[in-house]
Amino acid sequence: MKKQFERPYIKKIRAGIPSKFGMSVHNEPVTHIDNNPVPELIKQFGSPLFVISEKTLRETYAIEKRAFQTRYPRIQLAWSYKTNYLDAVCRVFHQEGSWAEVVSGFEYDKALGNNVPGSQIIFNGPYKTEEELRKAIGNDSFIHIDHFDELYAIISIAQNSDKKPKVAIRVNMDTGVYPMWDRFGFNYENGEAWDALNRISLDNNLELVGLHTHIGTYMLSTDAYKTAMTKLADLAARVEKKHNKSLKYIDIGGGFASGNTLKGAYYQGRDIVPGFDEYAEAITSALINSELNPSKLPLLILETGRALVDDAGFLLGTVIANKRLSDGRRSTIVDTGVNILFTSFWYEHEIHPAKSTSDHLEETTLYGPLCMNIDVIREAVAFPLLRKGDNFVIKRVGAYNMTQWMQFITYRPNIVLIDMEGKAHLVREAENLDSVRGNERIPDHLK
Amino acid sequence: MRIIGLAYESLEPGIYMHDLVDRTYRIPYPSDGTDILVRRLLEIGRIEKIDVLFPNFDAELLAFMKSREVLEKEGIHTFLPELGQFEERHKANLPAFGKKYGVSVPEGKPVANIRELKEALEDYEYPVVIKGKFYDAYIAGNFEQAAMYFNKISAKWGLPIIIQEFIRGTEVNVIALGDGKGNTIGAVPMRKLYITDKGKAWSGITLDDPRMLELTNHIIRSTRWRGGMELELIKSEKGEFFLIEINPRIPAWVYLAVGAGQNLPEALVKLALGIETQPFTDYRKGVLFIRYSFDLITDISEFEKLSMFGEL
Amino acid sequence: MKLKRNIAVSESGFLFDPTGGESYSLNEIGLEIFNLIRDRKTADEISSQITSEYDVARDDFEKYYFDFVGMLRQYKLLEDEE
Repeated sequence: MKKQFERPYIKKIRAGIPSKFGMSVHNEPVTHIDNNPVPELIKQFGSPLFVISEKTLRETYAIEKRAFQTRYPRIQLAWSYKTNYLDAVCRVFHQEGSWAEVVSGFEYDKALGNNVPGSQIIFNGPYKTEEELRKAIGNDSFIHIDHFDELYAIISIAQNSDKKPKVAIRVNMDTGVYPMWDRFGFNYENGEAWDALNRISLDNNLELVGLHTHIGTYMLSTDAYKTAMTKLADLAARVEKKHNKSLKYIDIGGGFASGNTLKGAYYQGRDIVPGFDEYAEAITSALINSELNPSKLPLLILETGRALVDDAGFLLGTVIANKRLSDGRRSTIVDTGVNILFTSFWYEHEIHPAKSTSDHLEETTLYGPLCMNIDVIREAVAFPLLRKGDNFVIKRVGAYNMTQWMQFITYRPNIVLIDMEGKAHLVREAENLDSVRGNERIPDHLK
Repeated sequence: MRIIGLAYESLEPGIYMHDLVDRTYRIPYPSDGTDILVRRLLEIGRIEKIDVLFPNFDAELLAFMKSREVLEKEGIHTFLPELGQFEERHKANLPAFGKKYGVSVPEGKPVANIRELKEALEDYEYPVVIKGKFYDAYIAGNFEQAAMYFNKISAKWGLPIIIQEFIRGTEVNVIALGDGKGNTIGAVPMRKLYITDKGKAWSGITLDDPRMLELTNHIIRSTRWRGGMELELIKSEKGEFFLIEINPRIPAWVYLAVGAGQNLPEALVKLALGIETQPFTDYRKGVLFIRYSFDLITDISEFEKLSMFGEL
Repeated sequence: MKLKRNIAVSESGFLFDPTGGESYSLNEIGLEIFNLIRDRKTADEISSQITSEYDVARDDFEKYYFDFVGMLRQYKLLEDEE
């Protein structure tokens, strides 16, 4: 039998003193996803291909739930639709008991379509049309008010309605994190949030049910959550005291980081990202140690998105070509472009070959297939010597890619979900010419 | 006793000093992930039966602190600060650290934009120190300079920028070792006599200042510091001490402490192995260190072995 | 095509170019091809030998061979051709 071929290569040995980049380490292959061989999946569903592991979704959910439930008696997760609103993904979380957290009329309808009762939908965001507000009020959904204009719109709808809108306000605050997210909701420090709460409490047509905040994204500091919860609990305690009313819930939002490595970070994401237990400890301890009446503790709502879904998503792809750049540097063109991997703008995505390779790695630039200069998946990665047609797997792509991807130059590919038994199901079909042209209209004079 | 070297790069001189280091292995950088680094270390540990591990590179401390249990299970002992101790002494946490432990630190405030900088500077007298989150510090004599440094540092290291009271005085340092129960095992104060253009000490002298030792004992007692440390202090013109930074490891100039009568590395080995260690009570004052560099001669075959097989 | 005469390569695949002072590492196939070039084999002969030994088609191999030779040229390990 002939020996396995690897492309010949010669590499300059960097003779250096310690710097940021050191000895390159073997890149372990990812050969299977939940018992499905990667080449089989690609053969059946094409390349590129998004694969979602239902097992990982459910296991991650269970880990988060346990982390909070063991520290605080009353918790509720609300699935953040914008992170991944594929119906199949949403339904897995709803089956696990998650409510829906939506930020537009479109997402609201998607939640209803997934059979989420209106009373388990949280409606966030700075832009809700009057029609959408009426619908949400009619369905007894929780409306999180972003600004005074919205508050007065709801007041005016409520005056002519037999339904009493259930409202909460979104609060922004200084949690010691830079930049401070002060564009959404009412500010805590300048008293705006307190004003809004007083205005709502005095209105008999509105029911003040809770408080909400969302302090940022990809938060690596659990202290910021502690500060945020302390401030929200303070507001809730003041409402309790002044208006003699206990709030039903405090919604601390999301923003937990996943194990991805942010661009420019020194350490690997998986080394510095706090676990659910650490976030839970910071949040629940601040709530339990607050001035709130212990016999009427509010429900703690979490809108975790990224940290729940990122690890469950994989992007499978194929090498299109290898190329040398003018200075001898190696570049590899792959079929997974930035149009479907939006998060490659923020992360140094972890990329693994789909079969085992030798220990030789070469500093490589990974380009996507688009005829656009911005289409770079990794600027410089120590990559094994893959050949044309070889497959690879990009890890932790479950969050935001399947919602922020765009139809640009190529079609969006298939998405499959691998169920608990290891069976692959197509959950979103690849686009074709009709899906792109379907909404186009040609004026008569151009026919 | 055998000394095993761990090297990130093939030109680290210790690799080629066979009279000091018995064998050297290359290891991956902590930036490749703690799991990968520790896997390599355990691999080496199985060949060499490592008893005690001393990290010296700032970026690797965190990785080894977090892996303490895994390493101990394999018989590899460390004597490093606890994670909490490590976190709370970070530069950005210094004001909180000072408040918690009753240690004077320069007045400081983080700012995120020019407007906040301007507002905050109303409470300060010039000159002020404008510092980055991790690195870089400049002294600004007026608002224009402060704004310039703000832009310069934020472009490089991001936000926030910390403005800090400028304390006129002399920088002095202490090397110390805490046993993790609040006791100081050893401490030697020093003033740098010559500093390179990179800010590294090239020469220094041991000092006789009981107040520096008192401050060191206080910090070690109240934080129950575990392992080596270097305190960076400013002694103001009025003779007050301000804590600027705590480096959570033994500094490069450790040999001065040995020369002055406190063999802190030996004590550290004992502590790591759980051997009872009596605190040092004295050291010689007025001892100097003067660093020198040396050209080691070796053959390319040595370089080849390390480069191709990762061992020498 | 001719390699520079003073280049030393060891069995481990470590290559030292005393003219430029740079060191390089080769993988197994790279080392094998390097030695064949040193023995003044033609591209055709090299191709025959490697494709009989390894699981690779001739066309496919040619691509990687020229890429490899390109790197030798880039690193200035070849004599200037007349």
